[in-house]
Amino acid sequence: MRYLPLTSNDRQQMLAAIGVKSIDDLFADVPRSAHLDGLVDLPLAQGELEVERALSQMAAKNVAAGSVPFFIGGGAYRHHVPAAVDHLIQRGEFLTSYTPYQPELAQGTLQSLFEFQTQVALLTGMEVANASLYDGATACAEAVAMAHRITRRSKAVLSGALHPHYREVCETYAQFSGFQVEALKPTPGLADPIDIDNETSCVVVQYPDFFGELRDCSALAARCHQAGALLVVVVTEIVSLGAAKPPGEMGADIVAGEGQGLGNALNFGGPYLGLFAARQQHVRQMPGRLAGQTVDADGRRGWVLTLSAREQHIRREKATSNICTNSGLCALAFTIHLALLGEAGLTRLAQLNHAIACNLSDRLETVPGVSIVNSSFFNEFAVRLPKPAAPVVEELAEFGVLGGVPLSRFYPGRDDLTNLLLVAATETVTADDIDLFAHALGEVLR
Amino acid sequence: MTGWSQALAAHSEAASDMPTFTGNRGLQIEEKLIFEQDSPGHCGVDLPDPPAHRSRLGGLERKAPIGLPGLSEPQIVRHFTRLSQKNYAIDSGFYPLGSCTMKHNPRLNEKLARLPGFADVHPLQPEATIQGALELVETLAHWLRTLTGMPAVALSPAAGAHGELCGMMAIRAALTARGDPRQRILVPESAHGTNPATAATCGYAIDPIAANPRGRVDLAALKAKLGSDVAALMLTNPNTCGLFEDEILEIAAAVHAAGAFFYCDGANFNAIVGRVRPADLGIDALHLNLHKTFSTPHGGGGPGSGPVALAASLAPYAPVPWIVHAEGGRALVEHVEGPAANSIGRLKGFHGQMGMFVRTLGYMMSHGADGLKQVAEDAVLNANYLRVRLAGALSQSYPGICMHEVLFDDRFLKDTGVTTLDFAKALIDEGFHPMTMYFPLIVHGALLIEPTETESKASLDQFADTVNALAARAKTDAAGFHAAPRLTPRRRLDETAAARKPLLRWRPESGQREAAE
Repeated sequence: MRYLPLTSNDRQQMLAAIGVKSIDDLFADVPRSAHLDGLVDLPLAQGELEVERALSQMAAKNVAAGSVPFFIGGGAYRHHVPAAVDHLIQRGEFLTSYTPYQPELAQGTLQSLFEFQTQVALLTGMEVANASLYDGATACAEAVAMAHRITRRSKAVLSGALHPHYREVCETYAQFSGFQVEALKPTPGLADPIDIDNETSCVVVQYPDFFGELRDCSALAARCHQAGALLVVVVTEIVSLGAAKPPGEMGADIVAGEGQGLGNALNFGGPYLGLFAARQQHVRQMPGRLAGQTVDADGRRGWVLTLSAREQHIRREKATSNICTNSGLCALAFTIHLALLGEAGLTRLAQLNHAIACNLSDRLETVPGVSIVNSSFFNEFAVRLPKPAAPVVEELAEFGVLGGVPLSRFYPGRDDLTNLLLVAATETVTADDIDLFAHALGEVLR
Repeated sequence: MTGWSQALAAHSEAASDMPTFTGNRGLQIEEKLIFEQDSPGHCGVDLPDPPAHRSRLGGLERKAPIGLPGLSEPQIVRHFTRLSQKNYAIDSGFYPLGSCTMKHNPRLNEKLARLPGFADVHPLQPEATIQGALELVETLAHWLRTLTGMPAVALSPAAGAHGELCGMMAIRAALTARGDPRQRILVPESAHGTNPATAATCGYAIDPIAANPRGRVDLAALKAKLGSDVAALMLTNPNTCGLFEDEILEIAAAVHAAGAFFYCDGANFNAIVGRVRPADLGIDALHLNLHKTFSTPHGGGGPGSGPVALAASLAPYAPVPWIVHAEGGRALVEHVEGPAANSIGRLKGFHGQMGMFVRTLGYMMSHGADGLKQVAEDAVLNANYLRVRLAGALSQSYPGICMHEVLFDDRFLKDTGVTTLDFAKALIDEGFHPMTMYFPLIVHGALLIEPTETESKASLDQFADTVNALAARAKTDAAGFHAAPRLTPRRRLDETAAARKPLLRWRPESGQREAAE
């Protein structure tokens, strides 16, 4: 077996040194009835070639996004990732190191996390950010739990335009965790009727919202603060913050987001990158790891994991979260991609996305029977079709176009949303792709 | 000794103190933050001009600059390459971090995970276009069910602690469904911190169980605490002392007799994979850390993946999505309805850590049933070999055979003035990553050593020789230990100062202060 360095001679010598006759003697504490006779019923070892062949055959049964005109978003975005990103994250010193528990052996990871935290704070307009959570949806649930701890109030109000997966994860956590969530009805294109009372711990809104609309939440933030509640702003397309006003400028107390859009592939839904930023005053209630600056024994600047008295390995059942392993390598990919872009590059990338989405919107509007629901958007918007969107998407796939997500996939039983289709366009979409999409949609709707 | 080596010897003592003009030390190069290397307007990505368009941002255009630095690609590549060179990794050396299973990460799996048919597939594509992805997920589930002997596996949890949460939620849902809400979770004092934290997140009170003098669960103490308000026992097996819970069948019987569930933290599954099936131990739910046993890379802190194997009694509560077979192929059940009507709901956006699933399946298929069994055997053999090689110098907490890791405490350092921390830092200067320190909490100054199966005998011997030599030196040179590490890019870092005045991001002011210094 190519991954196992011990030879049978080594094994014999080692057993002798230990003073046992056979390997079975080392498993003597396992109850006799639990020992397997022979091997489990699975295939035997295979070489690289055979494994690669088998998995390549499975991969070939999927349609890769890059092989067709592609317009799917809904919380995961296909952006071009510069080649240097994947090259750097595959350096063994990053890829095969553990959580930086021994800071003197992990200054590289720790400094890159400090840079990541700074980038996330700058993008969101917040004061502090953590070293990542699992994904945007779990970051959202952690934000609700944190608001519950800070305000000691029990009810979170979720906008109807919050990503339905984020809403569902909050609802799952809420069933078990001592807080309630009140999820408002989704009304694409319209603002939520949000009520805040003295039991409201937080209001959670998405920006741009799940249907792509951009809404100023400054007034909502003021209402929250007046009522003693927090405003949680969720961002699922992080590239949007290269063009749009940051949530911190609008009074957000916590920003929870999905960072996949920078540095990370679509990966059929994971691993992704949970972003979490907050105001400095709440830092000791934050979940997850934090990298902090300090000095070494010689007084030189260095980095460590800090404020770990919040965390499960120190605080156990009183920890702010049970999270341990998070999304370190995805955070590194984000940091490298954003470092390559810089101020000028991110701004331009965001403008490019917006411009292409504007052109897509203009073009789709020319297809008979199709109308745009949104009055504003960044790179994603909802369109109304003259018939149910789900079968249209299936037919578009047969034309070789991955043409968005039908909202019925998220909202079964909501007949009024059946004809709505959510479409996104990033910098990877070409003018030809838009033509093909519009043409195919016209054919399918004919 | 030749003249040349004499000259080297004369200079060698001074080598670590030799000042350099740059502050660099040969291959160790000082590297500023990217924010301190800003060349405004510069960019490492060439993008086309945005086409003409009418803005639809609804008046919410960003007005203020973001504050990101501008650098070219060569500067970025050099920056992160230099940072990488300040990290220790399993690729560079022995990493015996107990309970973390730092084994070799085969590069085949990186290649497979990057196939466009896996990496460039969107989770919301039509089902007809993702049949291969669903096939991979199902194949992985089959392997995990076979290895655990359990009938169901929930794949969406994102890491071990998330898997624990999934398992505990399923347990609470099952108890609620039978009209028997219970309040307490029993957790051994030796447990990972995630266990009590998870149980608390799930709304339970935590009741600790003491260890017996053999480092295992005290069966009498457990039985005394079991009652009609106990929802579950959360047990790690092999436990965090590196010992197999040899009374596990009695433990399972007692837990079940009390009407409770038996949750197992599978972080240490590497010790038994392919040799023992958790189902045969009476376990009802068990999470598997794919980033431990199945070698998906740790990446400096994730991503992980934490599937949960579930007994038939808990399977109906598994989170969505589920995969079912329908006309036209495999299909996803994404809502709490139909076959998933009793599901606890959704735990994560989309479907799970697909990138980790691909790597895991590549790892398992490479090893096969025979190789996986050999993994467990070599892991246990390596740990026991280190146990006997270190027995003379260190103090083993619980004498006798161990499983995949071996636990020592700090009795061997008594009266030396050297602590477990000092000892770990001295190992760093010798070119090793230290063992896990101060965990588990039930022994004083714990040193938990997990070699894994991917270390050669020569590597183990070199480590053992080093630890034995350090243990001898500890008796005479406490000051040397207090000063360690001396040969790393940074010497011992002040964690107290970091926590007292947290500085969690760069700000222009502090950058200017740095520059002025």
